[in-house]
Amino acid sequence: MSSDALQPTGQRPRLSLGPILYYWPHEQVLDFYAEILETPVEVVYLGETICSKRRLMRPEDWWELAERIASSGREPVISTLALIESEGELKTLERQCADQRFLIEANDLAALDFLEGRPFVAGTSINLYNQRTLAFLAARGLKRWVLPVELGRETAMDLIRTRPAGVECEVFAFGRLPLAYSARCFTAFNNGQGKDQCEFRCGEHPDGLLISTQEHQAFLALNGIQTQSAATHDLLPVLSELGPLGVDLVRISPQSQHTAIVMRTFAACLTGDIAIAEGQATLRGLVPTGLVDGYWSSVAGISSSKPI
Amino acid sequence: MELVCPAGNLPSLKAAVDNGADAVYIGFRDDTNARHFAGLNFNDKQLEEGLRYARDHKVRVFVAINTFTQPRGWQRWAAAVDRGADLGVDALILADMGVLDYAAQRHPQLGLHLSVQGSATNLAAIRFMHRHFGIRRVVVPRVLSIAQVAHVIAESPVSVEIFGFGSLCVMVEGRCILSSYATGQSPNTYGACSPAAHVEWRDTPDGQETRLGGVLIERRGRDEPAGYPTICKGRYEVEGDIRYAIEQPTSLNTLDLLPQIMAAGVAAIKLEGRQRSTRYVSEVTRVWREAIDSCTRNPAAFRPEADWMDALARVSEGTQTTIGPYERTWH
Repeated sequence: MSSDALQPTGQRPRLSLGPILYYWPHEQVLDFYAEILETPVEVVYLGETICSKRRLMRPEDWWELAERIASSGREPVISTLALIESEGELKTLERQCADQRFLIEANDLAALDFLEGRPFVAGTSINLYNQRTLAFLAARGLKRWVLPVELGRETAMDLIRTRPAGVECEVFAFGRLPLAYSARCFTAFNNGQGKDQCEFRCGEHPDGLLISTQEHQAFLALNGIQTQSAATHDLLPVLSELGPLGVDLVRISPQSQHTAIVMRTFAACLTGDIAIAEGQATLRGLVPTGLVDGYWSSVAGISSSKPI
Repeated sequence: MELVCPAGNLPSLKAAVDNGADAVYIGFRDDTNARHFAGLNFNDKQLEEGLRYARDHKVRVFVAINTFTQPRGWQRWAAAVDRGADLGVDALILADMGVLDYAAQRHPQLGLHLSVQGSATNLAAIRFMHRHFGIRRVVVPRVLSIAQVAHVIAESPVSVEIFGFGSLCVMVEGRCILSSYATGQSPNTYGACSPAAHVEWRDTPDGQETRLGGVLIERRGRDEPAGYPTICKGRYEVEGDIRYAIEQPTSLNTLDLLPQIMAAGVAAIKLEGRQRSTRYVSEVTRVWREAIDSCTRNPAAFRPEADWMDALARVSEGTQTTIGPYERTWH
């Protein structure tokens, strides 16, 4: 559908930065945020969401960073683990959720239990697929939800149309797609190891371990217990329809290279400083494994609409 | 411990009942359940007959409405819940929080189970679902080791059911969209993983190829058996090697673990396979009935009998079975 058919609201979505999904060295993480805070990003999600064994950044380091982000005038949101299995993970989560300084992003149902009654964000891995789930969670404190990535424009529109007052919609607009979570660590598995003996080999793959089909099509990226798309999901081509649709935030998911350029490109396209076609040409030059956007049109996520 | 068996159609339901199921689980004939396959599931007449047959034999009937509806499908999911309530089935197996909320409000007397697709892998998640929807049972995803299962059971406000046998989801159920990445349809949105219309088998000089949504997920030698074509069990190139990068084409068999499963206090064991043949349902139900009875009589002396294992191996997909995530070394 064309954006002409929508009620224009004049609203311009804000830019958010998703949590770092990979295991980067402490210094690299700090440098990354220093660089990203030079861009027009407005909301910054941070914290370890993939594996409780990753501790180069300790919980207190993330909180300290959050304070710094807040004092720079941006909104920090603490993101929590996407898959909670053990008692230790539950305890850590409970502590995180008890801290009232900043908004928390729930990524496992367990977080909903701890966050009930105070404002929270539902991340991409909370299965919010319909208006009744949206209303139910809003009554428990939901302030913002990130549309599950397999849902497209049509469902976003239907949900936004019936959303409770004061609840914001965020869309995952750039990055390798989070596709699955498992008890198994696939990075360790591909090194012939189990999760308990992983040696933190995920640290060797700053954007995940690429897996290709037997005819050399880049297909998936393995990131610890998470499986991602190898291709980068990119909604820049439809950016101008997101504001009129009522999308409040547009999320960029961190990659080890060029994330600040991606953020600036989205910002410049939002303000109209550069044309979308020009921005898209920039992005295409940054992603060796290609751009896809099929989910937004409710087709295979690996497919892409015609290049602009 | 209750034995919960799959029934994709009326003959399978009868086979499960005849071979010793304590409960059967079924689905309606549409995308409201996670085995939305052509020709599978129950129409009204078959439902009536199946329910009667099960009741006459004192076997409980659960209906899975365990996919996630988007706003445009809402009426269909709500109608499925109402239909299950009207039929007076013993429980609905639900996953979607919106559907759970509807069922709990509209039919407060109805037994609700949280489906494995509901992704509750820990106590806090179970507590949340119990507090709001009054679920009576949770089916836990194939994520936890048996020690973790026991720990959950010790504190859980509801009874716990686990998968004991059948095809093995490598990913947390309800949180895997690999299928829709290649096809546009996932268990969550469509009720099937790797829908048949998107699967292509082809003989080539390089071997037999399997494609899903056009993506080459497997190429194997002529003598290698072909399993159900899922992305997670395909062979790919990783750092120059061709290998099963996610999981081999194995299926789950926890018969060896049965004494520990019972000792952990598992309330029910579920066999996967509503999409499988009536013969499969007969065989797996018969073997598991015998095994559970034997283990109940004398858990300390329990050993899986060779003919049980042979019977299960004959109906397993692929050639290998695994204890899967229940054993920590799998992780």
